[in-house]
Amino acid sequence: MILTLVDHDRGQVARNTWEALTFARGLAERLQAPLAAMVVDPGGPGPLDVWGRYGVSQVIHVTHPELDEYAPDAWARALEEWIRTQGPVAAIAPGTPRGNEVLARAGARLGLPMAANVVQVEPAEPAYRLTRVRWGGSLLEEAELAGEPRLMTVAPNMVEARPASQATEPPVHVHTPDLQEAERTVKVVDRVEAARDRVSLVDARVVVGGGRGVGSAEGFRVLEELAELLGGAVGCSRAVTNEGWRPHSDQIGQTGTRIAPEIYIACGISGAIQHYVGCKGAKRILAINTDPEAAMVAKADWAVIADLHQVVPAVIQEIRRRHPNGQG
Amino acid sequence: MRVLVCVKRVPAPGERIVLTPDQRAMETRFLGFAVSPHEECAVEEAIRLVEQHGGSATVLTLGPPEAEEQLRDALAMGVDRAVLLETDGSDWDPMATARALAQAVQALEAQDGPFDLLLFGNESADSGGYQVGIRVAHALARPIVTGIKDLAVEAGVATAKRPLHGGGWEIYRVPLPAALTVLEGINLPRYPSLRGRLRARKAPIHRMAPKFEPGGPTLVRLVVPEERRTETEILGHGPEVAPKVVDILEQLGVLP
Repeated sequence: MILTLVDHDRGQVARNTWEALTFARGLAERLQAPLAAMVVDPGGPGPLDVWGRYGVSQVIHVTHPELDEYAPDAWARALEEWIRTQGPVAAIAPGTPRGNEVLARAGARLGLPMAANVVQVEPAEPAYRLTRVRWGGSLLEEAELAGEPRLMTVAPNMVEARPASQATEPPVHVHTPDLQEAERTVKVVDRVEAARDRVSLVDARVVVGGGRGVGSAEGFRVLEELAELLGGAVGCSRAVTNEGWRPHSDQIGQTGTRIAPEIYIACGISGAIQHYVGCKGAKRILAINTDPEAAMVAKADWAVIADLHQVVPAVIQEIRRRHPNGQG
Repeated sequence: MRVLVCVKRVPAPGERIVLTPDQRAMETRFLGFAVSPHEECAVEEAIRLVEQHGGSATVLTLGPPEAEEQLRDALAMGVDRAVLLETDGSDWDPMATARALAQAVQALEAQDGPFDLLLFGNESADSGGYQVGIRVAHALARPIVTGIKDLAVEAGVATAKRPLHGGGWEIYRVPLPAALTVLEGINLPRYPSLRGRLRARKAPIHRMAPKFEPGGPTLVRLVVPEERRTETEILGHGPEVAPKVVDILEQLGVLP
């Protein structure tokens, strides 16, 4: 059996779960093993028809009155119990914050290695041969993974989610874990809902990014104006947050936000790899930079080799000229 | 309050990654080094906790002799004590690293008493295994909250906030002693003062020899992925390009 942990928040399944299921199904087909999905949610076993479309042949519905809120050690406990009693050959989770931590916790409990953010696997013996990402995807690592079961998380947005050629109607097996006191300690006790007052960097169709070349916090005023005209969001590089010019929530990159807009307008950004991994999901890149040798210029579709403080105001003026009744 | 913060020395790769001929490491001869960004914030958080509650902050790393530089950076920022688990610089897998760190924590606690908080980065910038902090906490039977971006400690309880994808926060409350993995953005790390730098230069580094017990996964080789090669069209060299830029925005359908 190949076991896949479903990442969800109060019943809402994380998109990357479909990628993990696709990855797990590939492995299950090669090993001619059944594919199981584990859903830890007292609210129900999730969308059974969708599990079926992804080729799941068994749903393990983990339920417990204390699992009303996310509790990573309790999730890991459930996974560990199932692994110890049912002996799957691999346990897989999406490489999300929850997927990574629950699998790591299960690995610690079982004394087994865990490979995070895997993109490819070759089920050889005695060790699986796998490829995983380092540096947010700028570097690939080929590694060997031993242990029974193999514990892996799947790198987000690197494996295409595909339904199975034949849908299944998976039976549901209910499992109630024997939770101990220590497994209830780490648990979500409260929440703060998201503020919905502006376009978020993650969803924006246009992102106007600024780097050290912007020069100051005040320098971002023109980028904000352009972003507002285009109904987009402002982002920045790590150099900018380190200077305190923008909050960390605006940071694009390996330790910030990954964006995927129609166009990313990168102003005064040199384009270190830690920044590029955050913006390579952009369909198009326009770089504005005084340095024609900047990495961001080389990686862009279009570039303007000039001072952003001259170019951006001119662009704003041109948009206003053509669209006098626009948002701005 | 006694706080321990674990860091890792990593290269600052710049604009492209070059590998050593044996493909087992990055070519770092021309690179600078730092600690992973999340950990820089973990160090700052440790110092702030001590400033607020009294006590002491200790920084711990496993790495080559040169990792002393990163320990001195932490000392310069305001950490009180530095411990180096010295290796020959070869790749330590996450299980081996966690085992060595947990043993070191036990040894330090046997000497000077327990730590109230163990701080880690959520994941290292280079290998990104997402597990060392979790494994250390498990070995020491302490609760751990991961990926936090806000922390308050009061009356022996740590209240931590973790961002949710798409906005919003989850809130956790755990009793001390506990462990936390931190995300960049929890604070803005300070620049070390001149006095801090001078003090750090002379501070002793406590060295220990870690025992290598491999666990996996085992690195075989590194590969630089094929980059999407784009032909960059240079639109021009000044504000006169504005109409061309707006034409592009119009074609992409992103104008108001």
